Amino acid sequence: MSPVVRATGVRMSYGDVQVLNGVDFEVAAGEVSCVIGPSGSGKSTFLRCLNGLEPVLGGSLRVLGEEVGHTLRDGRYHPWSPKEYAAFRKNIGMVFQRFNLFAHHSAQENVACGPVHVLGTPKDQAGKLALELLDRVGLADHAHKRPHQLSGGQQQRVAIARALAMNPALMLFDEPTSALDPELVDEVLEVMRDLAADGMTMVVVTHEIAFAREVGDRLTFFADGVVVEQGRPAELLANPAHERTRAFLSSVRGPGAPEAALRSDA
Amino acid sequence: MRTEPIAGPSGAMIPVARTRHWGRVLSAVAALAIFGWLLFLIVVNPRLDWSAVATYLFNERILAGVWVTVELSVLATILGLVLGVVIAIMRLAHNPVLSRLATLYIWFFRGTPVLVQLIFWYNLAFLFPALIIKIPFTSIGLMWDTNQVMTGFTAAMLGLGLNLAAYFAETVRAGIQAVDTGQSEAAYALGMTPAKRMRVIVLPQALRIIIPPTGNEFISMLKTTSLVYVVAGHDLMTNASQIYKTNNMIMELLIVASLWYLLLTTVATFLQGRLERRFGSDAVRLVRRGGVAAKVLPKVPA
Repeated sequence: MSPVVRATGVRMSYGDVQVLNGVDFEVAAGEVSCVIGPSGSGKSTFLRCLNGLEPVLGGSLRVLGEEVGHTLRDGRYHPWSPKEYAAFRKNIGMVFQRFNLFAHHSAQENVACGPVHVLGTPKDQAGKLALELLDRVGLADHAHKRPHQLSGGQQQRVAIARALAMNPALMLFDEPTSALDPELVDEVLEVMRDLAADGMTMVVVTHEIAFAREVGDRLTFFADGVVVEQGRPAELLANPAHERTRAFLSSVRGPGAPEAALRSDA
Repeated sequence: MRTEPIAGPSGAMIPVARTRHWGRVLSAVAALAIFGWLLFLIVVNPRLDWSAVATYLFNERILAGVWVTVELSVLATILGLVLGVVIAIMRLAHNPVLSRLATLYIWFFRGTPVLVQLIFWYNLAFLFPALIIKIPFTSIGLMWDTNQVMTGFTAAMLGLGLNLAAYFAETVRAGIQAVDTGQSEAAYALGMTPAKRMRVIVLPQALRIIIPPTGNEFISMLKTTSLVYVVAGHDLMTNASQIYKTNNMIMELLIVASLWYLLLTTVATFLQGRLERRFGSDAVRLVRRGGVAAKVLPKVPA
């Protein structure tokens, strides 16, 4: 089976600033792929390229069997229209660092929003689906609350339910716990753990080393817009091959501390 | 301010002295003196006929004028608001042609006096004696006499509405840009097209920011309609001026008109206050069940 994501030499820049310098990266179906790296390493930008929120300017990025941003027709790659981007993104869920719940909608309306407005699901059916998904992330009792009435952890769980409502083939997580108070991190990780156990294909940009080690099938270390190294999480964390990886890991864990007990953002 | 006595060193309750605000007293006396004097000068002025003010206050033509003023203000404001939203969205469009067109519109209508625009619309017949809509190269179509279509009222509504749209477009643009970009990103990530994102996610939130200033626009419009008297729009000011042109009671009728304008703006200010309380601070109330917004805004079931 062809991989869900296959990036070959992906390049991207903001004006003169080169952000991605030729990224090679692959995700197989059902795999949980965690991405770590210092800030400014391009890991979030790369994640945003995966669903076309940022344009790829060089190399090839195939996601769910499509070259992101272009369709091959009559021997040429034709840039996507906004409609084609929208159609492509229907199958990819995304969870943001800052939750980005729709502020004028309740939790349930947030979750039902995608099915109703994008898939054309009847409202009552979408409302029911939303309740089921909220129950799955443990928030059935909060269905009628607005985002600002929810804690950060609850908001992020609603955001995950909202992405799941589209029944995506791939889920992208952009530092989903970085904006949370430390005591709220676990409830979100718990939901992601369940999702992984259900066989969801996930790409997770994170600072949660412990989560990556426990749940991840693969761990990738980004720095300066390239993949420095990747491998099975336990092996990579125990025996990083590159000096940069070692330096990053020790800065994240703190000198001499046992790695599993610590979180970078706690 | 504390009025309750304080227990003193000996344990007895000692009252708190009242602070004297001499500045307030002094300014109140001065203001009373000045305004009282001015009011006295006007009230006792033998050249001012107060009984005429009373008679004309509920004169039939004045009341008809008040109604036209209200009607004109409402219609011109609605035209301005709707068109303003359209122009703001065009202005923010990625399509450079649409965006430049919107900029051009705003530049033109903000750059020419509304009085000039009013007279222009009213005299459209000089340029186009007839308005014709027809299928090219055929004789199938409709035709109107421009002077019949362009009454003082339509000219006024167009002039005021198109002018407001130019100003309001900038308010709407600010409102749209004030909505967090994360909201748009989340909408795109769900698979929404740019148009759907605007309609379902961004505009309903931008409204929250845009609605309070619309009250201001309306209050301002109530008084701007008085310019309509140059095109004989039969509004309050037109009718008042037509009366004083025949009987020369200029001051009396200006007082009558002013009293009505004050009443209208007072009512509008009250309504604006309610509008702001409803939409101003709390997003929660925006799509409250059963509220006006709940009917206006697209929503999914709760």
